[in-house]
Amino acid sequence: MACEDAFTQFLLRMGDNTLILGHRVSEWCGHAPVLEEDIALANTALDLIGQTQMWLGLAAEVQGEGKSADDLAFLRDAWDFRNVLLMEVPNGDFGRTLMRQFLFDAWHSIQLGRLMKSSDDRVAAIAEKASKEVAYHLERSADTVVGLGDGTEESHRRMQEALDYLWPYIGEMFQSDETDAEMVKAGIAPDPASLREEYDTLVSRVLTEATLTIPESRFAHKGGRTGAMHTEHLGHLLTQMQWLQRAYPGAKW
Amino acid sequence: MSQVTTQPTVEQIWDWLDAVPDPEIPVISLVDLGIIRDVAWEGGTLVVTVTPTYSGCPATSVIAMDIETALRDRGIIDLNLKTQISPAWTTDWLSEKGRTRLEAYGIAPPQPAGGPEKCPHCGSKDVTRVSQFGSTPCKAHWRCQDCLEPFDYFKCI
Repeated sequence: MACEDAFTQFLLRMGDNTLILGHRVSEWCGHAPVLEEDIALANTALDLIGQTQMWLGLAAEVQGEGKSADDLAFLRDAWDFRNVLLMEVPNGDFGRTLMRQFLFDAWHSIQLGRLMKSSDDRVAAIAEKASKEVAYHLERSADTVVGLGDGTEESHRRMQEALDYLWPYIGEMFQSDETDAEMVKAGIAPDPASLREEYDTLVSRVLTEATLTIPESRFAHKGGRTGAMHTEHLGHLLTQMQWLQRAYPGAKW
Repeated sequence: MSQVTTQPTVEQIWDWLDAVPDPEIPVISLVDLGIIRDVAWEGGTLVVTVTPTYSGCPATSVIAMDIETALRDRGIIDLNLKTQISPAWTTDWLSEKGRTRLEAYGIAPPQPAGGPEKCPHCGSKDVTRVSQFGSTPCKAHWRCQDCLEPFDYFKCI
């Protein structure tokens, strides 16, 4: 695999994660349990979409086919997306949404910390910018997971259910393939597997404080970041996210 | 509007930009906000380097338009607006004038400790966080326990 191709794939993986999660989180707009949470979710989604513009903008530049970040977001179909499956699973209840946010924020913050030392200045700059926002996301999602996990009987039960449901989607974030090997060789990005230990330490500290039990199984649903197989949920998400470009191809404002 | 005959100095341009209000918090200027990182002439082209606050802040494109409009009104046509994301924007770049104006406007300025020093309305130190996020990406939502007024806090990043 040529290094440019691997680099493009890597950038799509970063940008598609933030794009698809950003879209999922934005689905809460106007539906959150209280106004403050509604605003917090919308702000988080906004940060993620902003980061998407940077990652997909760079992906388009490296790809060199004259495309823009918008082209990549709105003119690809499900099989071309490279986000992990965790991003595309439906929101579920508020607890599950915040649990997913926490499980991703923890990975995201560690990944961006490593990327700040990337051999590619553009990657390092995006990581530096995004990591400040993500530190804030992590603070909030971790606090909320503890608050709800160690909360009422019902909130505890729901958070444990959320964790049990989402845990099999965690493993995909740490799976390494050829693309990753190319990125490690070029000094652009770390080996995903090398993030696992730090992740487990962080996540188990918070989940223990939240009085939740981490499932023992390491079974992992995968296929999103390689594009081999997405869940059936991604196609539905795209029909909404890409509706305008599908109905009015090339529309601009 | 008049076409410039002599090139305005860089200092003059900083002054003009200091008169352009932030679109979301109009009591402070773009210079106060610390997002204008550099102003320089490259031959006949004026290069203004801007560092965005939050990557998804919807005000970013409005800010670019406001800068362009303000400078065009002063006769500067040949303008290059450069976006620079590294070093990342930090609230340390807020000017002293900006911090004072924020507080007078009812927005508590950022503190390294991570929360407002005091209520911008009554000065009480007994304040509590309502939400980590607020009406714009750069603010959080707090409340004073003494005067009971809610207020915005400019997040420290």
